[in-house]
Amino acid sequence: MAQAATPKKKIEEVPEKLHVWPYLVRLEFLCALVVIISLTVWSIVIDAPLEEAANPTKTPNPSKAPWYFLGLQDILVYFDPWFAGVVAPVLIIVGLMLIPYLDVNPKGNGYYTYHERKVAIWVYCFGFLVLWIALIIMGVFLRGPGWNLFMPWQYWDPHKVVALVSVDLPYAFGIRDYLWSAIFGGGVLLAYFGIGTGAYFFLERKALKSVGFLRMFIKIQLALIMIGIVIKIVLRIGFNIKYIMVTPWISV
Amino acid sequence: MANKAPQIPSIAELMDKIKSGKIFSEIAKEITESQLWTSTFRHGYADTPRNRVLQIASNVWLHLHPVKMHRHALRIKFTWCMGGITFLLFLSTVVTGVILMFYYRPVGEYAYYDLKYLQYDVPFGMLMRNMHRWAAHAMVITVWLHMFRVFLTGSYKPPREFNWVIGVFLVTFTLLLSFTGYLLPWDQLAMWAVTVGTNMARATPFLGNEGPFAEFVGVTPRYDARSLLIGGSLVGPPALLRFYVLHCIFIPLIAGALMIVHFWRIRKDGGISGPL
Repeated sequence: MAQAATPKKKIEEVPEKLHVWPYLVRLEFLCALVVIISLTVWSIVIDAPLEEAANPTKTPNPSKAPWYFLGLQDILVYFDPWFAGVVAPVLIIVGLMLIPYLDVNPKGNGYYTYHERKVAIWVYCFGFLVLWIALIIMGVFLRGPGWNLFMPWQYWDPHKVVALVSVDLPYAFGIRDYLWSAIFGGGVLLAYFGIGTGAYFFLERKALKSVGFLRMFIKIQLALIMIGIVIKIVLRIGFNIKYIMVTPWISV
Repeated sequence: MANKAPQIPSIAELMDKIKSGKIFSEIAKEITESQLWTSTFRHGYADTPRNRVLQIASNVWLHLHPVKMHRHALRIKFTWCMGGITFLLFLSTVVTGVILMFYYRPVGEYAYYDLKYLQYDVPFGMLMRNMHRWAAHAMVITVWLHMFRVFLTGSYKPPREFNWVIGVFLVTFTLLLSFTGYLLPWDQLAMWAVTVGTNMARATPFLGNEGPFAEFVGVTPRYDARSLLIGGSLVGPPALLRFYVLHCIFIPLIAGALMIVHFWRIRKDGGISGPL
């Protein structure tokens, strides 16, 4: 027994490396116990929902996607389905995958730090906590019949009428002609991305050599799209603007 | 004769052994030195450094771990345990899901009533369904938190870039697993949530009948990205069957394969990340 205890003491004194058995395995075991017990108790106490049988002739109002997609469903208010339902999810997935290849800051690898990578943390927290989580919370709790906004204390009135007074951006600027509207809207979009990209490259011109052109270009496009979603939300809620650019094929 | 008949100890001798506690070590020795025992367990249990290593290295379930690790990686403050919990919840859904499959038929006429039967007549049926559903929802949350933790600790940085990419695939497949399972109860909640979700596919540029530039491709409501997904122009029995197969076979297989790569790469990329 004394012999078995001696190495254990020695291991305690070594600061860096520990044996996985028992130090990690016991932790995993305890963690698994807590999770499985919580899950079992939760499942005994709360039943999974089961509504009436599926009926294709009876559309509920509101019809909501599963809760984890409600952020995307909420973006549908501000964007057409091709963007909110297809392009945005693809951009999220591809953008996330690109993170390690775009973020070339060698600091903050393997430990918590805010000061060594402020921008990266701000961008991720904004995307995750605001554009994803906050919109999900809004979609779950504040969106009622007709996908109208209801405060938690308000009655979900299915007959609530919200005046549709939104207009397109070119219209708001007094342009009534289809062709010129499309040209104006396209110009605004091009200017937004062009000026945004140009300004970023100018401000970060010293980093161009170390970071590389392609990295910086993709980075700023993804950032501009993220900011653009917020701008579109503000324009819609604050200024009743529906589309920036309208063409027969695609509207943004 | 080489074989001596076993000596029967006298009562006094036996009492002596019991009183001194020697009998336990003798029985233990008898068991652990038997062929049955030594063929099953490949090393002793005494707490020696050698056995601590063998406990991990010679066990098929534990050998995914390294035999030694950095002290900092044990801190719950560092990992939040979220990756492991996600995997545990996945295993829970596999176990409960297989049990549910014994009672469930993915057929328009039966599915909903199989659920009623499961809930009211099958012993522990309701509990199995609850555990399956809540574990699935919890898994969505824990996988997001795991991703958040990995981002905050910068653990996607070299040499772990590729494992982050695998991780993004796994997040996506977690959501798809949950989404395909959402339809299976075949109630109003399921049908309309999946209708809302899959309606998006019809807006796919070029490939959806209401998407931009669809007129140049010639897709129709019966022949586009959405109809491929749900096997028709609305969420009906063919969609139920498709989602069932995707949910129970296709996505779990792909996600399982990716999990193997994900865990293997943690080891190959130098173990769990930490300050260098």
